[in-house]
Amino acid sequence: METLTETTVDFDLAEQTVRELNHELHAPTATHYRVLNPRGAHSVAAGINDEIDVEIDGDVGYFCAGMHKTGKVTVNGMAGPGVAENMMSGVVHVKGHASQSAAATAHGGLLVVDGNASTRCGISLKGGDIVVKGNIGAMSAFMAQAGRIVVCGDAGEALGDSIFEARLYVRGKVASLGADCIAKEMREEHREELVQLLKDAGMDQEANDDAYVDSFTRYGSARTLYHFNSGE
Amino acid sequence: MRSPEDRGLRESAIFDRASIAAIQHAAKTGVYDIRGWGAKRAVPHFDDLLFLGSAISRYPMEGYRERCDTDVTMGEMNAKNPMTLDIPITIAGMSFGALSAQAKEALGRGASAMGTSTTTGDGGMTEEEREHSSKLVYQLLPSRYGMNPDHLRRADAIEVVVSQGAKPGGSGMLLGQKISSRVAEMRTLPEGIDQRSACRHPDWTGPDDLTLKIEELREITDWNVPIHVKVAASRPYYDTKLAVAAGADVVVVDGMQGGTAATQEVFIEHVGIPTLAAIGPAVKALKEMGVHRKVKLIISGGIRTGADVAKALALGADAVAIGTAALIALGDNDPRWAEEYEKIGSAAGYYDDFHEGRDPAGITTQDPKLAARLDPVEAGKRLKNYLQVLTLEAQTIARACGKSHVTHLEPEDLVALTIESAAMTGLPLAGTDWVPGRSSNGWGPSSNGL
Repeated sequence: METLTETTVDFDLAEQTVRELNHELHAPTATHYRVLNPRGAHSVAAGINDEIDVEIDGDVGYFCAGMHKTGKVTVNGMAGPGVAENMMSGVVHVKGHASQSAAATAHGGLLVVDGNASTRCGISLKGGDIVVKGNIGAMSAFMAQAGRIVVCGDAGEALGDSIFEARLYVRGKVASLGADCIAKEMREEHREELVQLLKDAGMDQEANDDAYVDSFTRYGSARTLYHFNSGE
Repeated sequence: MRSPEDRGLRESAIFDRASIAAIQHAAKTGVYDIRGWGAKRAVPHFDDLLFLGSAISRYPMEGYRERCDTDVTMGEMNAKNPMTLDIPITIAGMSFGALSAQAKEALGRGASAMGTSTTTGDGGMTEEEREHSSKLVYQLLPSRYGMNPDHLRRADAIEVVVSQGAKPGGSGMLLGQKISSRVAEMRTLPEGIDQRSACRHPDWTGPDDLTLKIEELREITDWNVPIHVKVAASRPYYDTKLAVAAGADVVVVDGMQGGTAATQEVFIEHVGIPTLAAIGPAVKALKEMGVHRKVKLIISGGIRTGADVAKALALGADAVAIGTAALIALGDNDPRWAEEYEKIGSAAGYYDDFHEGRDPAGITTQDPKLAARLDPVEAGKRLKNYLQVLTLEAQTIARACGKSHVTHLEPEDLVALTIESAAMTGLPLAGTDWVPGRSSNGWGPSSNGL
């Protein structure tokens, strides 16, 4: 692989297209990119497959950082539906709110949302991690198979419906639990896991505050729907 | 001993033996029946159509000598690298998990030998499959099991699966017997659980979202490959229009006879419409949008012979996909395993408990001993032979109708044998010019009293 330029390249979506942007990001010539004037464009920085750092100044539409791998994407604004969907690794950081299906089916990596995340956050999660500093909407973690979701605020209705082996940590209220999702004992390994996730999300102060960490409840699968004859 | 029929006993047409057995099974277990295969009931099908061939008003081509092409290209409108199939027959999506790795390899070998594509299915792409498939379609399914952008970038085409003919609005299952450690790892699930696939996509809902999803897939793959959208045959006119509007290069319409690895029997037999009934509305939608033969139409569900292929093409499809027939070609339901089918409560020719993973032929199983029975090289050759026969048969018919390319076949080459098939396809009843619901030109039975 050729050495990338250690400078920041600006990419103005008022002047250039998303297609041109993604084409550049898929064969990067620099290590840092700044995207200007996204103005709600879709598929911004989708399909990144390199150790690059992309900062987006403004709001993005659907599927920003879709299927993201290895690099870091920061959204200095709001993100539309499906941000970081099917992420494999790396980090996606939304400094505003995220719409529905944030990090849907993510297999790895970390999504941090500084604000709230709407419905179906972490739906069908397959190993990725999500830290939402605000609240999450209804039907979040639906059929979540693996990975962890940390919610520092409240969770909406039907949290973790038909959940498999994903682990959920919620600090605030849960409107209701979905089928087969139950509150579980917070053992030491879970506490350590939660502390690390908070640190990964840049919440060192909270991670070092025992009272803050102790105020979370863990949720997961009761495993009563794992076999047809016993559950339906 | 004389048979019940010989003794004058009358079997109920309504409560036939299969219905009685189903009631008894339900009463005994309290669990609905799950099985593989597709719809087994008789519905109007390609057998209800006939080709007219040529005579004085139509001029045939020499059967064995004159050129009759069979290639079809997908994605010319949007993809940098369109996918050309040498024959208008592709292998439908069937997952590793539902099928053994050997079976997937055999499908790849057989399809590649004929210059056509195979398709991944739920659960992701295996190396065996990629290695042995010269053209591979990678499916994006609601479950996203094993969904991997690296695999997406290695695909020759992408197929967004909205629904499947065997279960429109439903989802797949893979019962615990088939969740081996490898399958479990690929799907990120605990080993041995009964796995249900999601029936809705997790990150988009509705046609407007689908447009954006297709755009995202194109962006991730740098607009290199065609994108298919697969829908079950339920409302094919509207679904085709919406898929085209969303940007699909190819629309795949899967009729109710389309196969499945495991679904509730009630779903298989009672939801969705027959393949024959789905083609006309899909073609109408494409024509109205001015993209017929540009956005390609693949039809699947119950394709068995070259005549079926030719009839689908004549009705307006660009290609067909086969699943059940491909498995039979590999060796599924082979009489040489008759004794073993009997042992597991089935019979050669009837076996459809694909979900149980006990397939004596080693195809719909994850049992290493059973799977080892299938030689991928030999099975691949059988599939290649079968695809070759389908192609030769379709060419034979096309030449007889005077066509130099199989996709030049047209509705005028066909007639219907039954009123139902005439009504569904808009073809005239054989020997008449009568299409149910339409007026006659004056020489059919509706006007001359024949």
